[in-house]
Amino acid sequence: MTRYLLRRLLYAIPILLGVNLITFSLFFVVNTPDDMAYKHLGDKRVTVEMVDKWKKDHGYDRPLIYAADRGGFARFSDTLFAQHSLKLFLLDFGRADDGRSIGTDIRQRMGPSLAIAIPNLLVGLLVYITVSLTLTFFRGTYIDFNGVLIAVAMMSISAMFYIIAGQFLLGKLLHLAPISGYQHGIAGFRFLITPVLVGLIAGLGGSVRWYRTLFLEEIEKDYIRSARARGLGEAAVLWRHLLRNALIPILTGVVVVIPTLFMGSLITESFFSIPGLGSYTIDAIRAQDFAIVRAMVFLGSLLYIAGLMLTDLSYVMVDPRVRLE
Amino acid sequence: MLGQPALLISDYLIWSICLIGGISLAIGLRNPLQRQRWRMILSTPSAMASAIILLTYLAIALLDSVHFRPLLPQDEATTNGSIEANSEQPNSTVTYAASEISLLDLLLSNIRKAEERSYSAPLAIYAFSKESLVTAAGTTRAYPRLLYGGADLENPALHRSDIVNRTLTGLGLSLILVIPIFLLFRRRSRRSPTLSAGNQTPAWRTAFLTIAGLLIIGSVATQLADHYHLLGTEKVGQDVLYLGLKSIRTGVLIGALTLLIMLPLALVLGTAAGYFGGWIDDAVQYLYTTLSSIPGVLLIAAAVLSVNLYLDQNLSEVTSLHQRADLRLLLLTGILGLTGWIGLCRLLRAESLKLRELDYVTAARAFGVVDARILIRHLLPNLGHIVLITIVIDFSGLVLAEAVLSYVGVGVDPSMISWGNMINSARLELAREPLVWWSLATAFIFMFTLVLCANLFADAVRDAFDPRLRGKQ
Repeated sequence: MTRYLLRRLLYAIPILLGVNLITFSLFFVVNTPDDMAYKHLGDKRVTVEMVDKWKKDHGYDRPLIYAADRGGFARFSDTLFAQHSLKLFLLDFGRADDGRSIGTDIRQRMGPSLAIAIPNLLVGLLVYITVSLTLTFFRGTYIDFNGVLIAVAMMSISAMFYIIAGQFLLGKLLHLAPISGYQHGIAGFRFLITPVLVGLIAGLGGSVRWYRTLFLEEIEKDYIRSARARGLGEAAVLWRHLLRNALIPILTGVVVVIPTLFMGSLITESFFSIPGLGSYTIDAIRAQDFAIVRAMVFLGSLLYIAGLMLTDLSYVMVDPRVRLE
Repeated sequence: MLGQPALLISDYLIWSICLIGGISLAIGLRNPLQRQRWRMILSTPSAMASAIILLTYLAIALLDSVHFRPLLPQDEATTNGSIEANSEQPNSTVTYAASEISLLDLLLSNIRKAEERSYSAPLAIYAFSKESLVTAAGTTRAYPRLLYGGADLENPALHRSDIVNRTLTGLGLSLILVIPIFLLFRRRSRRSPTLSAGNQTPAWRTAFLTIAGLLIIGSVATQLADHYHLLGTEKVGQDVLYLGLKSIRTGVLIGALTLLIMLPLALVLGTAAGYFGGWIDDAVQYLYTTLSSIPGVLLIAAAVLSVNLYLDQNLSEVTSLHQRADLRLLLLTGILGLTGWIGLCRLLRAESLKLRELDYVTAARAFGVVDARILIRHLLPNLGHIVLITIVIDFSGLVLAEAVLSYVGVGVDPSMISWGNMINSARLELAREPLVWWSLATAFIFMFTLVLCANLFADAVRDAFDPRLRGKQ
């Protein structure tokens, strides 16, 4: 298994290199640093000296991938690709356009993102499984039919409407929780109520429908029939026997997203003005701060690959039939 | 002659997509098995209703995709910013407006031109906020009458009865169409059970109810929208119903164009990877693993940002605002297509991996049939159901994605009317006192209807075409 993991780790390197190449070509080849300088200096009457100074200040005054005028190793290291893209491998994210260190920003903003994402995941898992098991219990009846119909309807509503409606109902109409904002520590609990609740309801339709399909696939298997033959009640069959086996695909689906929880959710954080990584990204996109976007793209794919490896590991842990070779 | 035709690139594309879709459907229906499956889809009441509503949306989008420059009356031509078509004859010139409008705009001229000063509630005759009015008695603070909404109503006290009258007129007029359609459907549903085998009768009753419902809503809405702002006006006084209807084209276009771009990519790469294997498979797998490891929104955002910056720097000569917005829309769909083909490609690769081991493919190879021919004759027809199912499932996701991307700031051009932009500009209105709810509600209803119908239709298509699901659910 160690060998398998090592091989997966090695395989991650070309993928991350590919990700790097994509962002590099998007941000440096399609748009030259000159374009960026003009964009940030704003005015059309910008002199060449100003552009050069901006490029020098931000470290963009290097050749793309090969420095012909340098000797030895510096030919390759003193280039835009090495300085701005390869350095990401060392988790050195460089500086944003306003001079702040991106690495520090990311570390500070991880907490708020997780404060939303983790309760969302855990509460969501519990509720979705309960609801979909209930529907499975009533399978074939009108309760099941209407439940699925409601789930499809809920899937068809944009996440933004859930957020707007949640803010309006809980924040403005009922005054149960603040409309938006964030506070560190236990006292900030009330700020988390609305985003977590909204996230829960927004994901309800899709998840319940998916989980129900998974449960229905299991319910025709032999072990369920033999459990019933032993005289177990339907509730015991569902909760004890069916759930354990159907949890395998559900859990592995969850494990993939665990690392990416750090990234936060773009629109939730932005609507509720939570200072997490999601709103960080959205602000960077709006301000056209390419350094931050580049860093977030790299971090996102790094975490996604980590998630895939965790998934493989979790298969081995929950399903003894699976062996990694 | 209404004016000078000025079709945008996206107009051509959406019409050709319809043509391609229609042709492939017609080819597919020649196969009896396929005919039976489509019959099965249409025998599901929810799918029948969804199909009719989806066709209505498509019709509106297509009407909105015939652009032209309207002819200007002689006296207006000199004052408005217009371009001259025949410059060599200065005295008898035919002049066209500078900006293009669509057939839908022409049909909706009434509500398109009825711009108020600011917010007004649905069906209101007074403005939403007080203004200083100069009357004979002096200046007072009061709600002014709207410029267009109920403007021909002399006595404000009759407002309510006028609305009731118009609603009833609309209902009455719609009956003229609904009753013949009802008779037509009754004959149809009486005759068809004997014609078709089993219980696969198309859901005629649902079809009739849906069409009747649409006709009644349409007729009442036209009656009311002629004299009022049926769904109110937004911040700068534009009619919200007009915005909602115009957004349909944007939504449909984003869904359809993206699918058009991702389809060939996924088909070529997926079947090639699955059928040939070897280094081609490795390369394709590497490509899609790399692309899919980047979080979707971020990849789209990164691509849109850099392409937009490139456009800003290098394409300032694009003439009209419309064309510029159109170009950005095309680029957005291109980027969505380039990032969206992965899911379908994976499915197609897995399926062709399975198909290439089958006996008939081996037999074809033993007969010396070349690879290209095997791919087209033997593999492609057996992948059709996967493509179809993925298309209908992905469509609704793309409509929803437009709203989120517009909010993030990497969606369609801000000047383009779309549900995303409507939500974006209206989302703070719920914090107003008193509440402005109608813009959001309109965007919600229009979007929800489209996505719900697409989802319900997709479910029926999957049930009919996916043999694994047969008998379940």
